Amino acid sequence: MAHAKDHDYHILSPSIWPLLGALAGFVMLFGAVLWLHEITPYMFWIGFIGVLYVMFAWWSEVVVESHQGDHTPVVRIGLKYGFILFIMSEVMFFAAWFWSFFKHAMYPMNEYFGSTYVPPEIYHVDAWHLPFINTLVLLLSGCAVTWAHHALVHENDRKDLVWGLGIAIVLGVLFTALQAYEYAYLLYKGWEFGNDKFFSNFFMATGFHGLHVIIGTIFLAVCWVRAMKGHFTPEKHVGFEAAAWYWHFVDVVWLFLFFGVYLYGVSQVV
Amino acid sequence: MADAAIHGHEHEDTRGFFTRWFMSTNHKDIGILYLITSAIVGFIAVAFTVYMRLELMEPGVQYMCLEGARMFADASAECTPNGHLWNVLITAHGILMMFFVVIPALFGGFGNYFMPLQIGAPDMAFPRMNNLSYWLYVAGTALAVASVLAPGGNDQMGSGVGWVLYPPLSTNEGGMSMDLAIFAVHVSGASSILGAINMITTFLNMRAPGMTLFKVPLFAWSIFVTSWLILLALPVLAGAITMLLMDRNFGFTFFDPAGGGDPVLYQHILWFFGHPEVYIIILPGFGIISHVIATFSRKPVFGYLPMVWAIIAIGALGFVVWAHHMYTVGMSVNQQAYFMLATMVIAVPTGVKVFSWIATMWGGSIEFKTPMLWAFGFLFLFTVGGVTGIVLSQAAVDRYYHDTYYVVAHFHYVMSLGAVFAIFAGIYFYLPKMSGRMYPEWAGKLHFWAMFIGSNLTFFPQHFLGRQGMPRRYIDYPEAFAYWNWWSSIGAFIAFASFLFFFVVMFYTLTRGARVTENNPWNEYADTLEWTLPSPPPEHTFEQLPKREDWDKQHAH
Repeated sequence: MAHAKDHDYHILSPSIWPLLGALAGFVMLFGAVLWLHEITPYMFWIGFIGVLYVMFAWWSEVVVESHQGDHTPVVRIGLKYGFILFIMSEVMFFAAWFWSFFKHAMYPMNEYFGSTYVPPEIYHVDAWHLPFINTLVLLLSGCAVTWAHHALVHENDRKDLVWGLGIAIVLGVLFTALQAYEYAYLLYKGWEFGNDKFFSNFFMATGFHGLHVIIGTIFLAVCWVRAMKGHFTPEKHVGFEAAAWYWHFVDVVWLFLFFGVYLYGVSQVV
Repeated sequence: MADAAIHGHEHEDTRGFFTRWFMSTNHKDIGILYLITSAIVGFIAVAFTVYMRLELMEPGVQYMCLEGARMFADASAECTPNGHLWNVLITAHGILMMFFVVIPALFGGFGNYFMPLQIGAPDMAFPRMNNLSYWLYVAGTALAVASVLAPGGNDQMGSGVGWVLYPPLSTNEGGMSMDLAIFAVHVSGASSILGAINMITTFLNMRAPGMTLFKVPLFAWSIFVTSWLILLALPVLAGAITMLLMDRNFGFTFFDPAGGGDPVLYQHILWFFGHPEVYIIILPGFGIISHVIATFSRKPVFGYLPMVWAIIAIGALGFVVWAHHMYTVGMSVNQQAYFMLATMVIAVPTGVKVFSWIATMWGGSIEFKTPMLWAFGFLFLFTVGGVTGIVLSQAAVDRYYHDTYYVVAHFHYVMSLGAVFAIFAGIYFYLPKMSGRMYPEWAGKLHFWAMFIGSNLTFFPQHFLGRQGMPRRYIDYPEAFAYWNWWSSIGAFIAFASFLFFFVVMFYTLTRGARVTENNPWNEYADTLEWTLPSPPPEHTFEQLPKREDWDKQHAH
């Protein structure tokens, strides 16, 4: 056999998903522009559904490949590198929001010479009430993930793994619900979606974080289903590990938001 | 067991056209796709700029008229200057060149094709994601072209805000065009970030047995460092343009002073990305040039280790100098002093590279094949651009030069003449390997000399124009600047002709060029792993991982 390979890397057969995924992405973003200019919302939704479908189909294929034994130890190392690098790029994405936030908090425009800007009076949210509870909810969720991880790696206990993940997911959903409630409350108390640099920074940073919480919750939920099906073993559980890393990343970003935006930031504008 | 090279000939490529080019998971095919696409987009971006040079050839506006854009001046017909068209063209030229031509050609094209080969990897770490990078790049290009053709500001097509998309211009520009451009940059950024993740993982995880980090060839190193710059800089840009999008469409006020926002903040965030960006563009070129110079000097590259560390140092320093693009926005003198010093420090590792290239040639047996000519051209022109960069790095001097043609000349010397010459050096160097056919030597040399003369004639006089005080980004200029503008335009036409000739050379080579039969058409100093493979390489390479004696040419210590 001429093609006997003597390496453990994963050589993939051709795949249609990248082409379809990019096409769906194009339709979604072109549709987003049409929607922003009030022409039609439908193109966006078609593209969005396409993107979701490609994600589902693509990652299903990855799971199948994993069961076929394509994910050798060296491939698993590569997958982990890849995911850590992805999280690093996400950190730099958040760096942009924090840059904007801290600039405006530390050097507000109304202190600039000749500025006519007057900061609006805003309702003072107490960081030690709902935001602090939310902090605890999210950290507790992170603990539950760690418990699940421990149960898998050290005890290979699927029951505890499923319970730990389940609790983490419920707490993640609770966080999103509480955050939605808080948004509604703040808007009721006179906060606005935009119109001032403080609101812009607040909703951009916490909103982007909220999006990541939702994504992370879905990621954990996928792992929960896979855990019930017995996909994870103590040696081989890259998908679960990636979900756990992502969840801790979301945790840490929230801590920066809590101390930076809620504690320091809100005190600056009042 | 025989080596991998022999198996290639036995293999029948059974993939259909659609499967091979649209569903690819093969790093070599994806690299070729990148190169071809970036050549097409490059042609569009160059065509825009030639039209601009045509307009600037003489004072007054003769071509870009509100009555309709003209290809030929017509003194009898009325012509009202169409500044919007001009602005759209400079914007599109910048965005296309920065995001859709040079990075895809050097990083996507050569990086994909040769980085895995140089480290002896059978493919990339994530071959399917690699193809997603490519198709997202195509999607981004489609959005960028759509942006030029979509309803924009001033009730015309396209956005005329400059490639940096500064607010308030970019937040006030009407129509869909600006939003499409923002999404185009988002998508191209996502494509590059996925590519960077792929490259870093491949480099760290898939090197041939025994190839420790400091035995990796310089081009692979340059791709690795470039990947880090992309990974850490592009998400910040994505953040900045997302804020623009919010300001434009949802009434946010990040950059609107009326709501307490700060337009200068955008400049900071943009240039925090933008300065690493210029190294993202040039570093892979450095890698290619190192191999070309070593090969045609018949000497191993001088000072391998300092060359690697210089790449790393340039990459790291690239993150801490961004505000030298902004000396005139009203920063404190202390800040300016810091950014000035930090900027000048970059000259040190860059100098290490330039002098090491010269030392590589010193005492070598130099052969002026076409790739070497391009590398020589690169060395001279990049150094000219680097030296004018030192001039511009001085905050006090920049007061005078800021936003003049001196700046235009400077960055075209490092990018249009630096990065692009590196791309051409790479194309002629690797064409026999990628296609299995050799270009006609005289044609390559004619292309080089036409391009060298043309591009120097275009950009060198722009230093004079800048010193005379001619500002950038205007459709027209006073009579006083006419002389050197005329010469600059003549140079642009010569360079454009050479670019057209390049397409002819490529077409001829790919269809009729002499077959390359040997694995290595150059000499034994082209000693990296890609030269141990057949030309063109088979579909799958290194299924048997390379042995140490295939790539380690140094004597055992």
